[in-house]
Amino acid sequence: MKKLALSALCLVAGMGIASAEVVAPGQVTMDEYGFVPEPLTDQPGDPENGRKIVGSKSMGNCVSCHAITDMAQDVPFHGEVGPLLDGLPDRYPEAMVRGILVNSKNVFQGTVMPAYYKVDGFIRVGDGYTGKALEGEVEPLLSAQQIEDVVAYLMTLKDE
Amino acid sequence: LALCAGVATADENAELVVNGEIHMVTRTDAPEHLENIDVIRSGWTFRTEETQALQLDDFDNPGMIFVEEAIEDWDTVEGSEGKACADCHNAVEDTMVGVRAVYPKWSEAAGEVRTLEMQINDCRENRMGAEKWGYTSGDMTNMVALISSVSRGMPVDVAIDGPAQETWETGKEIYYTRYGQLEMSCASCHEENYDNYIRADHLSQGQINGFPTYRLKNAKLNSVHARFKGCVRDTRAHTFSPGSPEFVALELYVASRGNGLSVEGPSVRN
Ligand code: HEC
Ligand code: HEC
Ligand code: HEC
Repeated sequence: MKKLALSALCLVAGMGIASAEVVAPGQVTMDEYGFVPEPLTDQPGDPENGRKIVGSKSMGNCVSCHAITDMAQDVPFHGEVGPLLDGLPDRYPEAMVRGILVNSKNVFQGTVMPAYYKVDGFIRVGDGYTGKALEGEVEPLLSAQQIEDVVAYLMTLKDE
Repeated sequence: LALCAGVATADENAELVVNGEIHMVTRTDAPEHLENIDVIRSGWTFRTEETQALQLDDFDNPGMIFVEEAIEDWDTVEGSEGKACADCHNAVEDTMVGVRAVYPKWSEAAGEVRTLEMQINDCRENRMGAEKWGYTSGDMTNMVALISSVSRGMPVDVAIDGPAQETWETGKEIYYTRYGQLEMSCASCHEENYDNYIRADHLSQGQINGFPTYRLKNAKLNSVHARFKGCVRDTRAHTFSPGSPEFVALELYVASRGNGLSVEGPSVRN
């Protein structure tokens, strides 16, 4: 009961701060390659916050699988499951990067990379990392704004 | 790999000889039925030199302390029938040699595939009149370790055909199913990515020839189903329960992926 009241409160507070237009997970427009040209919110992405999300275990946890030289000093243990993300904007347009984040499987068929803005089609989805069944709606792994923040950060990783 | 500095990778070709006498097969040709891997490798080959060293001698292997505890249980009378394991099975090092290597195994009497844990609880409940042990309890896992320890060095050789085949197929399907919100299967990590680091973890092939494993992380013996549960949980999935038909089937399938590796339990992992 207490928990419910609290989350309702957060929702109200959240709405008070920024009443951003957000594209819901099911409503994202993508092309035949899985690219997503339009931003998911009308607030520009914050690369600094994106950097935090990419490096943090409790949020994107991208470094579990990807190494990023820009984070070599402050974030330990970068993984090797996915490719190095250095120089990404030199290789890929922003629409592709957003598409990979929204649902990596649309861009790279069969990839082990999770889909960060998807809420259905899962098998035995759990309640976070508790191992228990999830009751209620699936929240995407990252919010629309978090996706935009991560995209903004990744687009700073130019090789020069 | 440079970014993983601080994690010392062990010598690829190190040999595992326990107590100077048990020669373990830690790499060998994959069994026929494996489609995507040529060489199977024990989890031992993926650990650091420090961790590997702990398995070379029983005096250094903390898992052996739990085996000692199980030796006491083996001789302890429990239940309404006034019997101990030893009353029917005599000395464990005489009667249990080779048993670990062929489990999970089809039980003709029960008409199902049984894990060692199921077999032990069947003896406790139906032959001793004693309480069943919790599937992943300390008592149970220690006993499985004792029974494994007397088969160390023997090749894993579980049967996947005949009456066990249906269960094996079920296990295989589970192995390749992408569970949870992260949509990852066992194969995503242990077949497509073994030898890669995922964060600080050096991914192995997820073999179970070394179970029960003493993990430095939690300082106790860990059972196969407890490990499965942890791995499934890490995909943000609703896990199966230890002892469930799904995990029994998965255990048979995963064991069969290691046919040819040596029984190593109790092994040491991080
Ligand atoms: C479980 C592993 C895993 C995680 C976690 C993961 N990725 Fe990936 N990612 C991959 C793999 C593997 C690929 C390669 C695509 C393929 O499978 O062909 C990839 C590809 C990419 C690419 C394309 C790179 C290129 O050069 O082709 C980008 C960009 C990317 N990931 C970003 C991210 C971001 C940002 C996050 C976190 C929000 C993330 N990934 C989390 C495994 C992962
Ligand atoms: C009263 C007799 C009795 C007692 C006590 C007993 N068992 Fe058994 N056990 C048997 C018999 C009989 C079998 C063969 C069952 C079969 O194959 O169907 C068996 C089978 C087994 C097997 C499988 C062996 C194989 O080759 O497949 C294991 C393992 C085992 N027992 C462990 C134990 C343990 C551990 C205990 C004590 C906690 C114990 N048993 C107590 C009678 C007993
Ligand atoms: C998200 C990645 C991931 C997935 C998916 C995963 N595992 Fe694991 N697993 C690990 C990591 C990390 C370890 C610890 C390092 C190692 O031994 O690979 C591990 C360890 C294991 C071990 C212990 C190996 C040893 O030698 O001690 C087994 C067995 C295992 N996994 C089986 C499975 C099975 C079966 C599944 C599917 C139900 C599975 N894993 C799914 C990441 C994963």
